[in-house]
Amino acid sequence: MTATSPTTPSKIDSSCRLPLFTLFSGAAVWLVLSSVFGLAASMTFHKPDMFADCAMFSYGRAYPAWSHLLVYGFAIPSGLGVGLWLLARLGRVEVAKPLLIAVGAKLWHLGVMVGFVAIVNGQTSGYEWFELPRYAAMILFLSFMLMAIWVFVTYSRRTETALYPSQWFTLASLFWFPWIFSTATLLLQIFPVRGVVQSSVAWWFAGNLLNVWLTLSGLAATFYLLPKLTNRPLQSHYLALFVFWTVLIFGTWTGIPMHSPLPAWMSTLSSAAAVMMIVPMLALASIVFLTTIGAKTACGGGSLCFSKFGVLSFNLATLAAAIAACPAVARVTDFTWFTHGHTTLRLYGFFAMTMFAAIYHILPRVTGVEICPRRTKSHFWLALIGTLLLAVPMMIGGIKQGLKLADVSAPFLDSTKATMLGFRIGTLGEVLIAIGALIFLANVLLSILSHYRAIAKIAIADATAIQTAEVKL
Amino acid sequence: MKSSNTIFLAAFIALSASWAGFVLVPQIQLGRADQAKTIPAEDKYPLARAGLAAQGAEVYRSLGCVYCHSQQVGQQGVKVEVLLLDAGTNASSTLAAIAKVHPELNKPETITGLPKEIAYVADIAASDALVKAVTAVGGKVEVNVIPTGSDISRGWGKRRTVAQDYIFDHVVQPGTRRAGPDLANVGSRLADLNWQLNHLYAPKSMVKDSTMPAYRILFEKRKIGKVASADALKLTGDSAPPPGFEIVPTDKARELVAYLLSLRSDAPLFESPVTPPPAAAPATNTVAAK
Ligand code: HEC
Repeated sequence: MTATSPTTPSKIDSSCRLPLFTLFSGAAVWLVLSSVFGLAASMTFHKPDMFADCAMFSYGRAYPAWSHLLVYGFAIPSGLGVGLWLLARLGRVEVAKPLLIAVGAKLWHLGVMVGFVAIVNGQTSGYEWFELPRYAAMILFLSFMLMAIWVFVTYSRRTETALYPSQWFTLASLFWFPWIFSTATLLLQIFPVRGVVQSSVAWWFAGNLLNVWLTLSGLAATFYLLPKLTNRPLQSHYLALFVFWTVLIFGTWTGIPMHSPLPAWMSTLSSAAAVMMIVPMLALASIVFLTTIGAKTACGGGSLCFSKFGVLSFNLATLAAAIAACPAVARVTDFTWFTHGHTTLRLYGFFAMTMFAAIYHILPRVTGVEICPRRTKSHFWLALIGTLLLAVPMMIGGIKQGLKLADVSAPFLDSTKATMLGFRIGTLGEVLIAIGALIFLANVLLSILSHYRAIAKIAIADATAIQTAEVKL
Repeated sequence: MKSSNTIFLAAFIALSASWAGFVLVPQIQLGRADQAKTIPAEDKYPLARAGLAAQGAEVYRSLGCVYCHSQQVGQQGVKVEVLLLDAGTNASSTLAAIAKVHPELNKPETITGLPKEIAYVADIAASDALVKAVTAVGGKVEVNVIPTGSDISRGWGKRRTVAQDYIFDHVVQPGTRRAGPDLANVGSRLADLNWQLNHLYAPKSMVKDSTMPAYRILFEKRKIGKVASADALKLTGDSAPPPGFEIVPTDKARELVAYLLSLRSDAPLFESPVTPPPAAAPATNTVAAK
């Protein structure tokens, strides 16, 4: 800290309080609701007719409700909140206009709610990972801009000029989202393009959202947390810069599946990009290895555990996606649950775990109240086991399904039977994830509550002190 | 990196490149595509969906059928077969002509038991020499292009689907997962209106061990009035309603089925040829459209 710096970490933390409370508490609520719908969707495969009279929970609505709430409800607000705190802390600057950011966050959550209600009532847009209808998309876009502008203003007022990798990643994520989201909204919903160009736009959007935005936002937190929690310097900034560039350059071309009615050059290019994602993956693996090796910090089910598992999942998911992009493998795995398996590994294993790590690190600083370590620990184990039980059997089941689909002598229903075991285990995973999400919600809400309780106590103490003083007078 | 300008520049360059590649170029290449001519009939293809089928597309989207069903057929290659229909008046000169192009066919069986396929070649161009040789001596041949691949063997289509098949669709739903069969050609495969309605109401009643969820929300269970409704489903076994009740499709069910029956992308196109062309649409297609 420079000697003239007018601010302190605790002042910065308290300037983040309002926006972070709004972003994180909403995110936690959506995460719980999303896991309820995830569970409902996976029940379809055990009892297909369970929701035959209830359209809202039927598979074709529960599944998009799950993904909508997980990505727009949980992932983006928590990523934004963490990014805001990182920019403020690393730039040694108090948040500009916290109230406006909090209003933006409220508006965002409203947009998520509108989108969710629309989806379960059948107003789905029909594009995967972009299910929300036009009006909800417009609310989200406006509220993102409202937040992003003030987050950026906060950054530009920084007093610490040296830039840290987490700042690059956060800034790029602030830039990325409005571009891809406005393209999708305009070209899919407002002035829809013709025919398969829609698919091209929708897949480009989904690839950029899942493989670039989530990566940028998640790694921003990873690169802050790992060195901080192990008390070692990041090894090294050059490698981090390399990860940054390669994620941007390759990640942005992923998204178009091998099999599609689009011209072949597009899927070839996209598959090559998915394979090339191994490059940032290896660089990330070496950063994590070099940074944490020899560190004596036990992770104890806290932030460090979450963050390390996040990196591991990122690497596994990226590797699986790269393998599945090879033509010979894609012939088997395209159109199967394999894709769903590594996507959930990315969403739950990498992104959500990294966000849990960051939020459990940030919240106590912002509220001034510790989170009970036993509760974070139980959340960690539930989330870890749940994610593995969901993602791994889905990937294995997907391969079995794909082999049956490719074998034309096997009747079609054999391919669904081949995935049944995967679903049995996967649903158990969803249950654990849902319980974990509930604990997360409790942790966030209790943390916020205890902050206000502490303030109230002080206020009461002050008031009584004044009274007694007056009586004495 | 020292300044935020570098970061934004990096992001801008990377993102604008993929935006140009996957948004702009496809729009230029495909965004203005119009109806094409089928080969060899030269009919306009595709026709925009109208009426019930168009509304049904909305029902399909709204119920999220796309999360289990793809609508795109892949193919791994084509098989080009040359059929000898008639050896002409001078069979031996025909055989000689064939043998000049394909020496391995120089045997008497080649020209007996016609019509039959005499050769498989790599593509249409490769069949030209043979076709020319045979027609020059008065024989008759036919060249058939038969796409191959597991989707096609499963009967999900006659040829791969191409961009042309989707130009009038909004929302295009090619799908990415096959928890259920591909539906790109379900209208020609399962063209029976009643089968489709029964299947939506109770999939297991039509397909043993089906894992497709039932869509009872698309149907109304009614007390039978003075006369039973003409359009009530004919159900037996477990799925039949209790005595005195009947199951009647709602408008949404009719629209959805009209849409399903309209799903057909097997017209032979220059970019995705298939001969002989598939038979014309079965009569039930028009029944659904009422
Ligand atoms: C949970 C996944 C799932 C959902 C959602 C789903 N289906 Fe299916 N569908 C299946 C399975 C599995 C089969 C194969 C068994 C059968 O034919 O019943 C199937 C078969 C079909 C068939 C027969 C295809 C054939 O070639 O035999 C049609 C038509 C169909 N579905 C239409 C629909 C429509 C329309 C919707 C949306 C209202 C829908 N499906 C939603 C899983 C699903």
